[in-house]
Amino acid sequence: MAPAPSSTFSAITLNINGEKHTLSVDHRTTLLDALRERLDLTGTKKGCDQGQCGACTVLLDGRRAVACLQLAVAAEGREITTIEGMAESDQLHPVQQAFLDLDGYQCGYCTPGQICSAVAVIEEHAAGWPSAVTDDVRPEAGPPPLTADEIRERMSGNLCRCGAYVSIVQAVARAAAAEAETTETAEAAA
Amino acid sequence: MKEFGYQRAFDVSGAVALLDADPDARVLGGGTNLVDLMKTGVERPARLVDVRELPLDKIELTDDGGLRIGATVTNSDLAVHPEVRRRYPALTQAVLAGASGQLRNMATVGGNLLQRTRCGYFADVTKPCNKRVPGSGCPAIEGEHHNHAILGASEHCVATHPSDMGVALTAFDAVVTYETADGPGELPLTEFYLPVGDTPHLETALPPGALITGVTLPPAPVTVLSRYRKVRERASYAFAIGSIAAALDVRDGVVRDVRLAFGAVASRPWRARAAERVLTGAPADAATFAAAADAELAAAEPLPHNAYKVTLMRNLVVAVLTELTEESTR
Amino acid sequence: MTTATTGTTTAKGSVGTAHTRVEGRDKVTGAARYAGEIPFAELAYGWLALSTVARGRIRSMDTAPVLGMPGVLTVLHHQNAPRVDSDYVGMLGVPPDPTAAVFQHDRVPHVGWPVALVVAETSEQAREAAEALVVHYEEEPHDVAFSGEHPDAYPLDAHMPAVTEKGELEPELAASAVVIDAEYTTPEEHHNPMEPHAATALWDGGRLEVVDSNQGTMWVADELAKLLSLDPASVRVRSEHVGGGFGSKGVRAHQVAAVMAATVLQRPVRVVMTRRQMFALAGYRSPTTQRIRLGADTDGRLRALDHRSLSLTSTVHEFIEPSAGVGRVMYDADAHHTANRLVRLDVPTPTWMRAPGEAPGSFALEAALDELAEKCGIDPIELRVRNEPERGPVSGLPFSSRELLTCFREGARRFGWADRDPRPGLRREGRWLLGTGTAAASFPAGAMPSTAAMTAEADGTFTVRINASDIGTGARTALTLIAADALQVAPDRVQVRIGDSDFGPAMIAGGSMGTRSWAWAVTAAADELRQRLALSAGLPPEGITVRSDTSEAIGALAQKERHSFGAQFAEVAVDPAIGEVRVRRMLGIFAAGRIVNPLTARNQFVGGMTWGISMALHEEAVRDQATGGHYGADLAGYHVATHADVPLIEADWVDDPDPDDPVGIKGIGEIGIVGAAAAIANAVWHATGVRHRSLPIRPDRVLAAGGEAVTGAPDA
Repeated sequence: MAPAPSSTFSAITLNINGEKHTLSVDHRTTLLDALRERLDLTGTKKGCDQGQCGACTVLLDGRRAVACLQLAVAAEGREITTIEGMAESDQLHPVQQAFLDLDGYQCGYCTPGQICSAVAVIEEHAAGWPSAVTDDVRPEAGPPPLTADEIRERMSGNLCRCGAYVSIVQAVARAAAAEAETTETAEAAA
Repeated sequence: MKEFGYQRAFDVSGAVALLDADPDARVLGGGTNLVDLMKTGVERPARLVDVRELPLDKIELTDDGGLRIGATVTNSDLAVHPEVRRRYPALTQAVLAGASGQLRNMATVGGNLLQRTRCGYFADVTKPCNKRVPGSGCPAIEGEHHNHAILGASEHCVATHPSDMGVALTAFDAVVTYETADGPGELPLTEFYLPVGDTPHLETALPPGALITGVTLPPAPVTVLSRYRKVRERASYAFAIGSIAAALDVRDGVVRDVRLAFGAVASRPWRARAAERVLTGAPADAATFAAAADAELAAAEPLPHNAYKVTLMRNLVVAVLTELTEESTR
Repeated sequence: MTTATTGTTTAKGSVGTAHTRVEGRDKVTGAARYAGEIPFAELAYGWLALSTVARGRIRSMDTAPVLGMPGVLTVLHHQNAPRVDSDYVGMLGVPPDPTAAVFQHDRVPHVGWPVALVVAETSEQAREAAEALVVHYEEEPHDVAFSGEHPDAYPLDAHMPAVTEKGELEPELAASAVVIDAEYTTPEEHHNPMEPHAATALWDGGRLEVVDSNQGTMWVADELAKLLSLDPASVRVRSEHVGGGFGSKGVRAHQVAAVMAATVLQRPVRVVMTRRQMFALAGYRSPTTQRIRLGADTDGRLRALDHRSLSLTSTVHEFIEPSAGVGRVMYDADAHHTANRLVRLDVPTPTWMRAPGEAPGSFALEAALDELAEKCGIDPIELRVRNEPERGPVSGLPFSSRELLTCFREGARRFGWADRDPRPGLRREGRWLLGTGTAAASFPAGAMPSTAAMTAEADGTFTVRINASDIGTGARTALTLIAADALQVAPDRVQVRIGDSDFGPAMIAGGSMGTRSWAWAVTAAADELRQRLALSAGLPPEGITVRSDTSEAIGALAQKERHSFGAQFAEVAVDPAIGEVRVRRMLGIFAAGRIVNPLTARNQFVGGMTWGISMALHEEAVRDQATGGHYGADLAGYHVATHADVPLIEADWVDDPDPDDPVGIKGIGEIGIVGAAAAIANAVWHATGVRHRSLPIRPDRVLAAGGEAVTGAPDA
């Protein structure tokens, strides 16, 4: 028996930056379009709409993902963090501050995606994740140091056509070092 | 993109029932390939069955010491799993060589195996393509094909399979498990993909309505010393133009055991059995490695603009097996 | 904002010291809104439908079923769209590319020609309806085959003459001890700014408002007014933040289509190009085939220089990539011939793309120079020293300043060039062969008339209104610093507002002339405002506003050869067995006028050099000969360099203030890419012994050349 033809719209609740948003979406609507066209959260950028540039990078349940290939209806129940949720009121996230200080951008259009990606890169590295340029991926080898080459490989899903990669990598390195220092200090204090 | 229904499945039997009821339904995993193809009009499903919440997200040791990987395990979780990194390092390397950090967090193991070719004719609905529209022709053969297949292709299609993960899984004798309305089934990955022949649109041996539930890796001591190497036209975030997954067990200068598979050279991850036969029991030196590569590549039928892949794969075989040999004596 | 002062002894403290971008906080928090991100009530979404054939006519279009689809409001096409007038010359002195004059006739001149705009309530509906629109074509045979042998090629004068000829070429070549004769090719390249072209059009109180992403709002407003026969005063175009342009963001099909739809529907309509559509609609750099012949004495002095370049254009508009122009500035020879020719094919119209002419031209010429250096047994830098001209080789005019050799000396010192063994194929590190290369760079330094308004506000701050465009260059910040210095105040007292056609005429962001042209107008306004303030007793509540116009001052500039110069250095690693090429480091030293903001300027230079990596190794749009359309027209098929391709790149500059500019600026937007690809290609030769004369240097090309490689042992 064929199931009843399902509707092509759904009423959903999206949890974005700690706030719940209820809306009815066309199933075709991507999370990216829901953010930009329905919820006025335009900080997440549409560069290619095909998962080929990384400009729409957001965090889903704390992990980076491209919002252009994520259907909004399938994002219900997940914790979504966008660039608008990175700063604590007036206090920029250390990654945002580093991009600002070191000029880790030019036109700014890939920037929110770069920043969301960088935040996740630093966490992935802290969790011991290897990358495609890690010499020895075996757990016994321990986590690789977050060298410039490691940052470059891990950030490669974020294109910057202005060619600001050099300063972006410097910004990510600075933010990562600051974070590591904070963690160390906290551990020492504990 | 046309309108479609969406249903989220919470158990395998529910998902299978939904798929069984609607031949125009498609499985939505991470969506990294399917949603893109829906946007370009290549895929036009009537219904999506979202399987992300199925309880198939575990990686477990099997009784015989192999690994069972659930179909909805993300590429990232697969790559960073300690047992994968310890026992099948080439699999971790293969997954990490694919796509980007963002896409690996979304993409699932099942979806990765089912991803479609990245042939530019396939992806462009304004152009002919036998894989997309059977009988419309293969413009790649006379047109752009510098990154197309040199092995196992046909006059009907010369597209390549884009997976990196699948290359390592193919080398390591992975078995795909699936569920249908009629019960479960399994297919070795080497038999999972159908030969191209004159039916390039038929890609896998999965029965209609089947849901991939996981992949099982048999135990194999040889895989502990393994490597995946990918060559592409930029340093990262690009599909392969040639890749290799290799595992090698060398003792006293002789190859005791070997696993070898190629990527980006055929419509499926290409298990290099001819090369393995040459290698097994032979001295672990550059001459053997080259002879093994030549044995495998003897079947290559390159087109005018992709003949470089024969050289590339030959050199990759020699380079990677040499590196593994050096590593094994360290 | 950083307010650090420097050790400069002048009272002017802002220009020349590093300042973070004034809009930086908005960009890192996502608050900066780009063209497609300004909300409007009752917004409708337009989706362009493009032709799938390369040449022919639209026979019919099945619009009825599409109009019946959910949410569809209208389908505009050649039979119902408002008429436009494309018979005019625009602000930049050229007629419009008729590609922007959409829906006026049934002719289809290339794949991707706009044939209809479908407008619907949501973007999902518009997209599906546009995809569902069936168009019947009468197809004609097409020609998209570009080659150096095309019989229909012809010379075309553009902003420079097509042909220059000095001296007798053949006798000088015959008398030359060393001759280089080689063909170089560069592929079709696309700008691909990260922000796709986007425009929202609406009528508001009798005025047409367009919120757009462009490189000059006045330019776009002027073209829209002319195209649509509107009073220029009734058209306002705004473009506050622009996600990259690189030459592609002028008047294009999407703005005109959006205006038409907004006019027909009397509600706001937004049209955004998809990434794939950009490959057909946003312009691109033509492929080039360049033949270079150099004749020299054994000491390397040039007797003959012959540079012939062929590029392509569409059948509807002439645009030439003037690659042979670069030699008219760089090197002299007794016989000096250059020619830019064009062939018309059934393809979209190319346009300016970062360093048009210089980017591909410098690849060919600077690679040929390297070949000459090898053949003469002379160091490549020494070869350039021996051929440094006193005056413009073709014009005979003096250079306003030419610090090329200063750049080479400084670059050689910092790069470690003196230790270089010139022989190729000698340095191995594991699987990698290593090599270094260098090349010269130049780009014209110019200024165009602009106007600015400056207000001394009653609260003690200053507001600058200028129709500048910050496409990522840092212009907004640079103008803030310039205004602050001109007013002798701290930058935080200055607010610069840009990107609004109501601010009056100004140069576009293009030709590396934007910041210089705008800075001139800002400086002039500040001078006048200071005089006014000195005479006035106090400020009225509305403040005091002055306006400047630099037309006269710029018109009075003496004729000179005015250029920026630079020296590029690269080190590469090549795996000849696998074909991979990696750039390990780059250094660029530039003489490019006074540097306003070192932080953003360095980023600009490095960004240009990054483009050089991308041009040398990655970028290439592939045209399918059978259909006439692109193969792989997206960012997975068209590779631009990503993080992993780009090593630490250093850029720096030598003192070279422009003597005729009030601030000393020359312009820095484009020179970073010039010569960069040549330096990399020259380094690949030094690593492997193989000359790669066709870009990009892909792995398959490296592998194919493997047999020719020099495989000498170290110190052999």
